[in-house]
Formats: sequence, structure tokens, C-alpha cells
Amino acid sequence: MASRNRFFVKEVGIGLLFIVVIVSLIGAITGCARAPQQKQADVVIWHWMTDRKNAFSELAARYEQETGRKVEFKLFAPSGVYTQKIQAATQAGTLPDIFGVLGEKEGFAIFIKSGHILNLDDAMQANNNEWQDKFFSKALIVNKFEKHNEFDVPPGIYGVPLDVSNIQMLYNKDLFRQAGLDPENQPRTFDEFIDAAKKLKQAGIQGLVSGWAETWMINCLASNFAFNIMGERKVMDTFRGKVPYTDADWIEVFNLFKRMADEGVLAKGIVAMNNKDAEQNFANGRAAFAFNGSWCVNVYKGMDPNLNYTAMFVPRASQRYPLLIWGGAGSSLMINARSKNQEQALAFLQWLTDDAQQAYLAEATNNLPANKNSLENISPILAQFAQSMENTTHPNIWPVHEKGPVVEAFNVGLQSVILGTKTPEQVAEEIQEVKVREMAKN
Amino acid sequence: MDSERLKYQFRNFSIGSLLNLFLLLVAASCLFPLFWTFSTSLKTQSQVFSDMSLIPKAFHWENYYLAWTEGSFGVYFLNSVLYTICTVIGIVLVSSLAAYAFSRLKFPGRNLFFFMFLAAMMIPLPGSFVPLYIVMKKLHLLNTPQGYVLCMINVGLSLSIFLLKTFFDKMPTDLEDAARIDGCSKLGIWWNVALPLARPALAVIVIFNSLTVWNEYILALIIFDDTRFMPLQVGLSTFHGEFVTQYPLLMAGIIITVIPILLIYILLQKHIVKGLTAGAVVG
Amino acid sequence: MKFQKSTLENYLFILPAVVIFSIFYIYPFYETFNLSLHNWNGISASRVFVGLRNFKEVFFQDRHWWPAMGHAGYITLIALTFQNALALILAMACDRQIRLGKFYRLVFFIPPVLSEVVVALIWKWIFEPNYGLLNFWLANLGLHNLAREWLSRPETALSCVALIHSWKGFGWGFIILLAGLQTIPQQLYEAARVDGANSWRRFRHVTIPLMIPVFVLVSILTILGSMQAFVLVYQMTAATPALGTTVPVTRILNAMREVQPPRFGFACAQGVVFGLILVILSFLQLRLSKKMRQA
Repeated sequence: MASRNRFFVKEVGIGLLFIVVIVSLIGAITGCARAPQQKQADVVIWHWMTDRKNAFSELAARYEQETGRKVEFKLFAPSGVYTQKIQAATQAGTLPDIFGVLGEKEGFAIFIKSGHILNLDDAMQANNNEWQDKFFSKALIVNKFEKHNEFDVPPGIYGVPLDVSNIQMLYNKDLFRQAGLDPENQPRTFDEFIDAAKKLKQAGIQGLVSGWAETWMINCLASNFAFNIMGERKVMDTFRGKVPYTDADWIEVFNLFKRMADEGVLAKGIVAMNNKDAEQNFANGRAAFAFNGSWCVNVYKGMDPNLNYTAMFVPRASQRYPLLIWGGAGSSLMINARSKNQEQALAFLQWLTDDAQQAYLAEATNNLPANKNSLENISPILAQFAQSMENTTHPNIWPVHEKGPVVEAFNVGLQSVILGTKTPEQVAEEIQEVKVREMAKN
Repeated sequence: MDSERLKYQFRNFSIGSLLNLFLLLVAASCLFPLFWTFSTSLKTQSQVFSDMSLIPKAFHWENYYLAWTEGSFGVYFLNSVLYTICTVIGIVLVSSLAAYAFSRLKFPGRNLFFFMFLAAMMIPLPGSFVPLYIVMKKLHLLNTPQGYVLCMINVGLSLSIFLLKTFFDKMPTDLEDAARIDGCSKLGIWWNVALPLARPALAVIVIFNSLTVWNEYILALIIFDDTRFMPLQVGLSTFHGEFVTQYPLLMAGIIITVIPILLIYILLQKHIVKGLTAGAVVG
Repeated sequence: MKFQKSTLENYLFILPAVVIFSIFYIYPFYETFNLSLHNWNGISASRVFVGLRNFKEVFFQDRHWWPAMGHAGYITLIALTFQNALALILAMACDRQIRLGKFYRLVFFIPPVLSEVVVALIWKWIFEPNYGLLNFWLANLGLHNLAREWLSRPETALSCVALIHSWKGFGWGFIILLAGLQTIPQQLYEAARVDGANSWRRFRHVTIPLMIPVFVLVSILTILGSMQAFVLVYQMTAATPALGTTVPVTRILNAMREVQPPRFGFACAQGVVFGLILVILSFLQLRLSKKMRQA
């Protein structure tokens, strides 16, 4: 019995200790929660680009120094979780003063129609369009809704672009030389591109690398070729359901991918490759061509500062219509229409997109600024990207958009063509099947 | 006769060495990723891609310092420790009470309640973060550590109840019967008899839930607005940006975050292995 | 009266669990179910009631859903057999007094501790078609024709992921099984030995019957873990239908995040269908084990 008692004392003692620990921990935590608050921020911003943390906090510090107003950037990555956070906040009414919206134009439109985003027309047009005129029009236009748009959004500008980007091709000059190609002589047509890639292949160098596991990047290249082969109007008519995907022009687009796969132009494993892996491959000289956005300048710089590469326009597959690449605002900030600090938020965004701040942001993040007057200090390669901005289009400025499930069928179909598991004709049939079903829904 | 024995010994020996070889191979495959992570954490960003060798030419220990400071690990580490301790204690108490009741006590609706927890473990709720967020806001738990800890207790509850009940079911009831005859209350039996006997299973759920809380970041990102409340994994995501991944810092950060969990495991696995139940039955 | 008081006391044991559960699970569960009957984009204040149309689409029209279930089933099958066999062998080895036992117990738990992102990163590097270790070793062994694009061909991608998933998960089975083995009283083995049972018979007649509840536990956990696995699949093969590596969770996330505009209602319907299938699977398993124990 004595041993039992000792057992009891020991266990009860441990139990009491546990309770003390719990209570003190809860105390500590709640204490933490009510710790003296720092100065409340005047403007709170939510964004997902944690890799710009340092640049953002530097800008916030400068703003506080200049104006005495405290701005706080709160960064939540990865972007998928950020999107969830924003969605939950819309439902609970806890959106911050300023935030970024991910996704395509229709998603953007839903935010506006639900009253979450402020129309910036008045601010943009004040003093003879003073603010508006600072931006590249291509950057501003992606945040603009025209009159009678397909989403029934009141016309106006709803977002402030922070930077500009476009997506085109890049090639490694050293690898070109290694394969006996002239690095100053860029392939301009699709045939020239294939020939160059074949020469590279003979020299044991892989051709094109791109993050085609992130299907939107395949979609982007296919869209470039589609504009080139059938023209913008026919592409839009396809979205409207007037032209089927089984049309010969679309088959021609799909066949370009088949040709790239058949000729061994594509890097191994491209279908399962995310963009970061693709960037690694290009930066390490494991592939001569890359299809990538202008943000890559910053990425390649981090991986290999001496990488000898240059940009080139996506090679034309046809002479019929102009080839347009995708380009526009890289990321934008929106003002919460229900925020109590709208005035201050507006003031901060105007300051943020002013010449000096834009120049700083462009330099710190190796990006193209959205402000026209901030281009002085950008690198030569970024200047090349800037030049291509004239020949860009962007899904956000198209009058019609394809439905989600069709886009998915399209992207997956292209992956299958690249893998050789389906022919372009089969893929066209499948996409059209989904298209017909989606059209029937409305 | 002798040759028989020799054969037997040889067979035993070869099976034994085969088994040992197998164990070593599996162990090597498990160690390799940790080793790779460690080796990458000592390289520079450009070496990660160009220098594939497993032993870096120069050891960049400063990556650990950089990871700690740039990832704000000072704050996050403490948060994670607190969340993990609170959540795990909460789960152990709440789930062992419930599991004990499901295994030993009789009350109407017992099976119904148990199956409810079981089903919760299995049905994923894809859109649930929205209603959860709204509930938390109504209870003023949004952006508070308490709210986060309660959520995390809920996350680990079902599985822990299920796991503990399995082990309680398996345990002999002799000792509990003896304690009841001695006049011990139900709560007393739970605390003094059942819990000590279930120590291996408790160790398993402590390890399991510590790992869950320690590696959690999605709920934290949704519930917290304030960076000062964020757990460790959010600090890691700083290095895993939208465009740029800083591999050496990420790997250094991972090594830093893995060590405490391995320590917890080392401390607790003793309880799994000692075979307390066997001893208790004898004593 | 006395009975009632004791029943009430019994309820107190589950009260904390039920309270927490009700607040943080029941309402979200109700909302998920409710949403599955609506079309909702995640942002609008209004939802459109569509009845069972989302379910109809999941069951009959979505051509990616059932293949995704199949892929998850395949991963689960590999995990149930390969992963659990591995876990059991290792647990039984470590249950005895072997050399380096402590070391093994520590090392086998490393894969579960590592984050899936790291595991994916490392195995992608090993499987890399041009410079990866695997193809490099195959080439050195003179097996050039065995080298392939492991993660980016429909023939191999899913199997590779399933194996890596099993490798990452066996540590859990290992410690649970070990904990179970440790609770088997040593005397039972001694008694069997005295009765002249060899090691196979001891395993068959002592270990297995006593371990059945733990086997059930481990297999249910394996089913849950493997059916819901998605991070590895996504990180290693992008979970695309073209490679045959979609799984239900990536489909749900796809509907919630990728498709524009987001289809929350449809995602919830997928979640409900998926959950019901898992519940049915697990209960079948429990039933089966009860029968086995009675037999």
C-alpha cells in the first residue's frame, strides 16, 4: 500500500505541475496578445510577394520619414494561401486598406461587383490626368474596365500597377557559339528557331525550356501563335463559340507544339517542370532557349550573375497576322472600397508610383517600372523587354474570355501533344467537346 | 548432427546479415535527404545549381545566421514552441479523456459520437476556411494565439481519439478493476491508471501532433494578420518567394526547424519502446 | 437516479472534445455541405442554389474526377502493401534487441519529419532526366536503356510518386506498429516458446491476433494519408491529367484556385463525395477487422 501511495504522490505532483505549466503558458500567450501595441499603422497593405519584403519595408520606412504616416506591408506567401486569406476576409469584412488580387479579369470583376474595390477614375484624372499619365498605358489598361464590358462592371480604372512585365523568349549566347551559331543572329521565324534548336541538339545542348507544368505558360505561347496564325478576331470568335477548336488554324497551332516535341526541341521533362526548375536549367546552361517573363532577369541574376543571355521576340510561325506576346502590369494594388482610410491609402499609392519610388522599386527588384519616367537605371536586358512592350497584348484587355474548363482542356491537351500521347486532331476534338458542353450551360 | 547445427547457424547468420544489410540500406535512404539539406545549407545560391557535389568546397556557416535573422526566427521560433506545447497538452488531455470514455465507459450515443469523430477525420472540407474564419471573428478569436491553438487542437483531435481508443481497447483492464475496488473515482482511474499504461500511445500522439503543429502554416497565415504571431514555417516561406527561392537559407532554416522535432522524438521514443505495459502487468 | 448521475459523469469525459469539435468543425461542415448545393465564386455575397447539379457533374460529367480517384487509389494500394510491409518488417526487427536499434529508430523517422517540399525537391533532383543521380547510376551500371524521364512520362510518373510517398510515410507505420508490438506481454511469447512454437508460429498465433487492432489503425491511417496525399504529387509531377497524376485533392484545389472564376460549390461537392467514399472505405475496413477478430 505504501508503494501505491508513493505512486499517487508522484503522479499527482506531476499533474499539478502540468496544470501550473498550462496556466502559465496560457497566461504568457494572452499576455503576448495584449502586449503594448506598437503605433497603429495608418494604412495596411496585404500582398503575396515575400521576395520583395525588403524593398517594401524600405519604401514604407521612407514614406514614414517623409510624411510621418505609418504604412505596413503584410506579406502572406504562397499565393494560393494568400488568395484564401483574401476570400475569407471578403466574407468577414476584414479586408485591409490596400491589397493585391490574383487571378484573371473575371475574378477581378467579381471583387469590384461585390463592392470591395474602389474606382480610381477621379484620382487618376485629377489635375489633367496627372497620375494616369505617369503610367505606361499598357500597364494601366489591364486594370481598366471599358464601357459595356462582358462582366457588367461600371467602367473605370480599379488598380494601380506597380511594375510591368511581358513574356518572351531568351537564349544563351555562349551555348549558341558552342553550337556554331551566330549569337547576334536571332531566329526570327519558327523554322529558323527549329533549325537553330536542331543544331544545338547536335552539339548535345537542349533547346527550349519553360515552366510548362504551370499550364498557363503553355497557354501563353499557344495564344501568341494563335494571334499570329489566325488573328485576334478569329481567336475571340473561338471564345464566343463561333469558330470551333477543330478549325484548321487551331490544328496548325497545336501542330507547332507537336513539331517542337518531334524534333526534340523541348527540354526533357518539360511537362512536369515548374517555372523555378525551368529557370534553374536555363541559368545553368542546360538549355539554350527559355520562354519566360521579364521577372526572370532578377531570378537569373541570383542564380548566375554572369549568365550571358539576351531576349528575343517569339519567332513567327506565319506571315498572316502580327504576333503579339503577353504583357502588362506585373502586379497591381487595389484600394478597399470599404476602408476608412481611403484618402491615406490613395495618397500612399500616389507616392509609391511616383518617379523616385518607382525607380527604387525597379532597381531593387530588377523589374520594369510601371512609371514611364523611371526607366533610367534599368539593365540593358530589361530595356530590351521594355522595347517589346509595344507588341504586347494581355488577356485582361480582350473583349471575351474562354471559360475555365475549356482553358483547362486546352492546356492539358497541349501537354498531351508534347508527350505524344494524343494527336493535335484528337486534342482539338476533346477541347471542342468541352467547349460545346460549357456553351450549353448558359 | 554437427553439420545440421552448422547449417542452422549459417542460415541464422545469413538471414541476420541480410536483415542488417536491408536495415542499413533503408537507413541510408532516410539519412540522405537530411544530409543533402545540410550540405545545400552550407553552399551559396549559385553553388546550389552549379556545384552538385555533396560536400561543398567552402562551408558558409553564415547561412544559418542569415536564415535566423532574415526569417525573423527569433520571434517565430518562440511562437511555434508555445503553440506546439499548448496544442499538444490540450490534445493529450481532451483526446485521452474522450478516448477513455469511448473505450471503457458506457453511455447512450457512445458509438454515434465516436463515429462522428471518425468521420470528421475523413471528410475533407475544402471551403471550410471561410466559415471557420467567420466563426473565429464572431468569437473574437481572429488574429489571436488562443484562437489558433484551439483550431489546432481541433485539427488533431479526431485522429488522436481514434489512435488512443485503439490502444485503450487493447489494454488489459485488471489494473483498472483493482483501482475501482480500491475506491478510485473514474477520473482518478483515468489519470492514475489508464494514462500511465497508455504511455506508448500517448508518446505517439504527442509526436504526431507536435509535428503537425510545428509544420503548420496555412491556417496561421489565414488566422493571423500580425506577423509577430506567426509560427516558424511562415519564416521559412520568406525564403521561398513568388519568384526567387533562396535555397541555402531555406535549407539552413529547414535544418533549424527539423532539429527540435527530432529532439522531441528522441525524448519520447523511449516511452514507446520501454514496454511499460508489459512491465505493469507483471508488477 | 444513481445510474443517471454516473451516465452524466461519463458524458463529462467527452464534453471538452465535443465542445471544441462543435465550434470548429460542425459549422464549417454544415457550410461545406450547404455550399455544395450552390454555385459560388468565393467572393460574391450571393450564392446561386443549384440543387444536386454539382454532384451530378462530379459523378457523371467531370472526366477528370474518377481517374483522379483511381490514381489516389493506386497510391493507396502501394502504400498499403509496400509501405506497411516495410514498416512491419522494420518494426519487428527493432522490437528485438538488435545492434544499432536506437540509431534505426531515430533514422526511420527522418522522412516523416522532413517537409514534403524538401522531399519533392530532393527526389526531383534524383529523378532528373539529364543529370539526375538515378539515370547517372543506371548509365554507369551499363543499363542505359533503363534510363528514362521518370517523372514526366505517363507510364512511370505515378508509380514513382507512389513509391516516394510510401518511403516518406513508412516511419509513421513503423512507430505505431512498434508501440503496438511493445504492448504485447513478453510472457505470451515465452509461453508459446515453451509449447514448442517456432518463430513463424509465434508470429502467426501470438503477434498477428494481438496486433489486429493496430493493423486496422495503421491501415486506416494509411488509407486516409494516401488518399488525401497531394503535395508530393503536385510538386513532383504537377498533378496534370496529361501525365495521369491528378488526385482528388488537387482537383478540389483546382476548382477552388485555378479555374476562373473559382468554383467553390463544385469544390465542396467534390469534397463531400470524396469524404463519403473515404468514410465508406474505412467503415468497411473496421467491419472486416471485427469479423476477423471474431473468427
